[in-house]
Amino acid sequence: MERSKESDYDRNNREGLKGWLNPSRYGWERISYWLQRLTGVFLLIYFIGHVYETSSLTRGPDAWSAMLELTQTPWGHLFLILVIGTSTFHSANGIRLIFTHAGKGLGKPGRPDYPYDAMSLNYRQKSGIWVALILAAVAMLYGSSVLLGGE
Amino acid sequence: MMKTRKIILHESQIMKIHYITAIAALFVVAVHILMRLIMPYSMSLQYENVVVNYHNIPYALLLESILVLIAIHGFNGLRVILLEFRQNEIWENGITIFTIAAMIAIIAYGTRTIIMANQLGL
Amino acid sequence: MKEIIKKIGMIKNGNRKDDNNRKEILRNNVVVKVFRANRSKGDFVSYDSFEVPVQRWTTVLEALLYAKSYLDSSIGIRYSCRMASCGSCGMKINGIPRLACYTKISELEGSTITCEPLANFPLIRDLVTDFSQFFNHHKKMQPYIHNENSVMTDSKKLIEFKQSVEEVDKYLQFSYCIKCGLCYSACPTVATDTKFPGPQALSQAYRYYADTRDNDTKERLNIVDEKHGIWRCHFAGSCSTVCPKGVDPALGIQLLRGHLMGFSKNEKKIAKLHNRSTS
Repeated sequence: MERSKESDYDRNNREGLKGWLNPSRYGWERISYWLQRLTGVFLLIYFIGHVYETSSLTRGPDAWSAMLELTQTPWGHLFLILVIGTSTFHSANGIRLIFTHAGKGLGKPGRPDYPYDAMSLNYRQKSGIWVALILAAVAMLYGSSVLLGGE
Repeated sequence: MMKTRKIILHESQIMKIHYITAIAALFVVAVHILMRLIMPYSMSLQYENVVVNYHNIPYALLLESILVLIAIHGFNGLRVILLEFRQNEIWENGITIFTIAAMIAIIAYGTRTIIMANQLGL
Repeated sequence: MKEIIKKIGMIKNGNRKDDNNRKEILRNNVVVKVFRANRSKGDFVSYDSFEVPVQRWTTVLEALLYAKSYLDSSIGIRYSCRMASCGSCGMKINGIPRLACYTKISELEGSTITCEPLANFPLIRDLVTDFSQFFNHHKKMQPYIHNENSVMTDSKKLIEFKQSVEEVDKYLQFSYCIKCGLCYSACPTVATDTKFPGPQALSQAYRYYADTRDNDTKERLNIVDEKHGIWRCHFAGSCSTVCPKGVDPALGIQLLRGHLMGFSKNEKKIAKLHNRSTS
């Protein structure tokens, strides 16, 4: 038996943040929404860290070398590969979202008929999600070859 | 007590800025990343090579534009996410102030790096 | 490119089996696990399981009504038409918002079917939820024709708006909304944002925006251009995934946003009033 929480009732039995977990219940567009948010927040954190780490330049060559020692490690490289992948996905999916948010690529309203499949969830814009994922994977492969392959 | 606030920017205007900064940032960040093609990766991270980049005025301006565009786009995105968590006056005003302050702070800090690195002698 | 996309669609639909080639799982009986809680009594949440005999086309609603008739008459359930026309029997079935009368047991996997009340609505009792806030969001969109030229008081004149078939098709699918609340329950923004109108209200805003009989397009855009308005939709598409009537609220919202952004031009010609008595 689960205890009912008064706070659940106050917020109208809303799913809250729990509703954001498990995006696979509703298909690809929900997964892309989830990934876009996740990658966005991750990239923002990376951006803040990147602006800070590059500022070590102003403290002289020693500070810069100390920063490089911290970041040019296998874990540092893996993190950067993740950044490459997330930024590629976020950008490519973002372009798809700019088009769809403007109502482009979603088809025209018509007369729905059984089985009432939604026109907006068509493969033309859905394939944009897959293209974004593939581009991210390719970018990560290229990044790995440069960072881990040694150049 | 609900104060009616004067709308400085409509949400549609804020979101148009969000989309425009996204597209603009795409181009400038692509250039920033593609700079790695001009020399081997490990060489490009050496102190002297990095400082030389900041002495190049067009490149320094490119970095400044990345800073501004990504700061606006990123913190506005965070504002959008945080606005959906709670809907009371204190939270919403707090989020607005926090995101504007964070944008200004990071742009200021990054610009400081660019200007100081530009002045650095080798 | 079009050929490739068409082929992917065919592969996806290929392993369905019934008249629409959907997979059917045939069983003789099934366990229906029902969410039980009485808000006014401050009950703890619990789940009661009922074993129900089923046939090939038994719906979840029929299974629940069997449980209510023969096993536990205290189950709180809302239903009416039993044919996906009224929108009363919306509930979460195996975690996804669906109409109980429109969901066959044979299309659900597993030997246990879990029935819970729709998320994002206040609970009244068991599977029944409160739709007041949902209807308030809808009312905020002013869901009626704004046209000061239409004279309704003079009953001697037979007047009508002239609308072509093409003009009707521009908003027709959005008018099929039965206000079942499934889209509101599925939406990730509604899950956290109490001020967001929800996909149903926003798609109805588009329904009236696109209607040529309505001439107040600017006001309709102003209603949705808010911090917690149309901009908090991120095209997660869950609303259109669960809509049982093919309304496709996501399409309506994105089209409305296209107009708000200035991407799509408003080429609507306001419908003219036609005096039928002189035709």
